[in-house]
Amino acid sequence: MWEYTDTVRDHFLNPRNAGVLEDANVIGEAGSLACGDALKLMLKVTPEGVIEDAKFQTFGCASAIASSSALTELIKGKTMEEAAKMTNKEIADYLGGLPKEKMHCSVMGEEALEDAIRRWKGLPPKKHDEEGRLVCKCFGVTDLQIIKVAQENGLTTADEVTNFIKAGGACGACKDDIQTILDKLRAIEKPMVEIKPAPRMTNVQRMQKVMTILSQDIAPRLALDGGSIELIDVDGTTVVVALRGACSGCHASQLTLKNLVEKTLREQVDPAINVVEA
Amino acid sequence: MADLTNVIYFDNNATSAVAPEVLEAMLPAFGPLYGNPSSMHTFGGQMGRWLNTAREQVGQLIGASPEEVIFTSCGSESDNAAWYSATETQPEKRHVITTKVEHSAVLAYGHYLEDKGYDVTWLGVDEKGQIDLNELEQAIRPDTALVSMMYANNETGTIFPIDKVAQIVKSHGVQLHVDAVQAVGKEIIDLKNLPIDYLAMSGHKLHAPKGIGVLYVRRGTRFRPFLKGGHQERGRRAGTENVPYIIGMGKACELAGANIQEERTSVAAMRDRLQAGLLAAIPNCKINGDESSRLPNTVNISFEAVEGEALLLQMDQYGICASSGSACTSGSLEPSHVLRAMGVPFTYAHGSVRFSLCRYNTEAEVDRVLEVMPKIVHNLREISPFAAFLKK
Ligand SMILES: Cc1ncc(COP(=O)(O)O)c(C=O)c1O
Ligand code: FES
Repeated sequence: MWEYTDTVRDHFLNPRNAGVLEDANVIGEAGSLACGDALKLMLKVTPEGVIEDAKFQTFGCASAIASSSALTELIKGKTMEEAAKMTNKEIADYLGGLPKEKMHCSVMGEEALEDAIRRWKGLPPKKHDEEGRLVCKCFGVTDLQIIKVAQENGLTTADEVTNFIKAGGACGACKDDIQTILDKLRAIEKPMVEIKPAPRMTNVQRMQKVMTILSQDIAPRLALDGGSIELIDVDGTTVVVALRGACSGCHASQLTLKNLVEKTLREQVDPAINVVEA
Repeated sequence: MADLTNVIYFDNNATSAVAPEVLEAMLPAFGPLYGNPSSMHTFGGQMGRWLNTAREQVGQLIGASPEEVIFTSCGSESDNAAWYSATETQPEKRHVITTKVEHSAVLAYGHYLEDKGYDVTWLGVDEKGQIDLNELEQAIRPDTALVSMMYANNETGTIFPIDKVAQIVKSHGVQLHVDAVQAVGKEIIDLKNLPIDYLAMSGHKLHAPKGIGVLYVRRGTRFRPFLKGGHQERGRRAGTENVPYIIGMGKACELAGANIQEERTSVAAMRDRLQAGLLAAIPNCKINGDESSRLPNTVNISFEAVEGEALLLQMDQYGICASSGSACTSGSLEPSHVLRAMGVPFTYAHGSVRFSLCRYNTEAEVDRVLEVMPKIVHNLREISPFAAFLKK
């Protein structure tokens, strides 16, 4: 039996905002029947972008229903911009916490909200192949989803990832892969040697700085994984690089580019830097 | 919180109440009669007689002689001990046959053997949870050490045709283990006329306490003890005997023998009324299992478009106890391996509820469940995004 807080029990037994919102103009969906839980979030958003009303329909366990109920309470009255900043953690906190095996219920809430925001902005629905590499076939979870949830919740083990987004929880074949992603992520997030950015830089100075950091700081890290990086061009704040060796075509290459290279350069050279692959 | 003194307990396949007669029979062994049956002195040695009585009571229920009865610590141990013995005594045979719907005690041993390099054939089941006897026969090989099959399934109540299985398996000279944990006391089992080598039982499904089991080993079957140590149980299971629980197990078997007809008639009638009532009152539900060959106390029913854990927690508000094969209740993120092996669609598998009754249940309890369930399912469907797709 799960240990649910009184708030979870209350939101399960007396869900707030359950049912169909007849005049909804934005819908967000997450989960699926196969996964055992699914959430349909219905919003009424004003032209100014304020969430005037929110309702939900949820297929799922007690904590899925409670998380949906909490989600609607949390976002009502907020603007879409404000809502976009919400994470699963706020849902779980609102409920006084969830059993760790049930954190995925709060993530489902966040995902439905993300979906609604995407549709409101007129963006196409999230597609897995645009969203990184499929890691967990059983639950259709990609590396980028794993990275996101790991970063937002400070996850370091594959089991924790399973609790949050289910990946790894069925056949288990993807567990090693998940752990590798987490390990990489952690290596990348370790603080680096501080090199304070110069107050104002000329293009040449910036280029030199970028070169130094690439060769002294980033290249050795990539070498650990058998890869290397080459600077192709620096055009204003756009840094063009090529990943070589094990890095090229490596499923984590996007991750490397954004999280390692761009993050480091932004911190140490210029916050405006954009890194792109040649 | 529900009133815990006034529950409707329809979860007897999970565990059952200790019968008052069983409790009473056990008490002296918790009190003045604390001796060790292995002792030389009369005070301890007299306990051996109590153990003998219990062994006879167990033997009576299943048609075994007392020497064929080994007391263990639980059904899981009995299953493990049977698999251990069958494989250890025939080390040259590296193949085992079982089914995909066994209890985890058996599934896990199968996976363990696979890791050790054994070949395990996992027989599938049809949509009613039944095996295919031809498939079984074809799977038997010269190096098959053991066929292991449950008598009745704990989740759906589906009963395997064990007599036919035994005929086939024995005609090939292969050992047969039957996990009868759910069947004992509900199905008439006569091992004098059923040629199987090992049979596992568990006390707590039978109104004895949790933590006592039995492994039947047919006379003449070579045996290697799973738990090694002292000479208890004629050297077949080490460890000082759990005297009070063994006494309780014996008494529970005696009672089960006396009540088996009631289980098969009045309990079955309550179950049937429950099933018919639910199907009539609630649209879009379906029975999981083989209604033509099913334990008399069990009904497993799926309510489409709602999730099992949510159902159970709503029922809990009314003090109604049952189980579900949904992913969320197992903590495994996947619905029950039994329902999946049967090919139950996800819409149904996640919304399955197992009611399992016993002779302590009443018609009034069935009435109450029939009164409450339609409301609960209706309310959860109201907030389910899939309810709109249900056939009207
Ligand atoms: C079919 C079956 N086999 C084995 C067991 C295990 O019995 P025990 O709980 O005594 O270990 C159970 C019950 O959980 C069961 O239903
Ligand atoms: S691939 Fe991830 S659990 Fe099966």
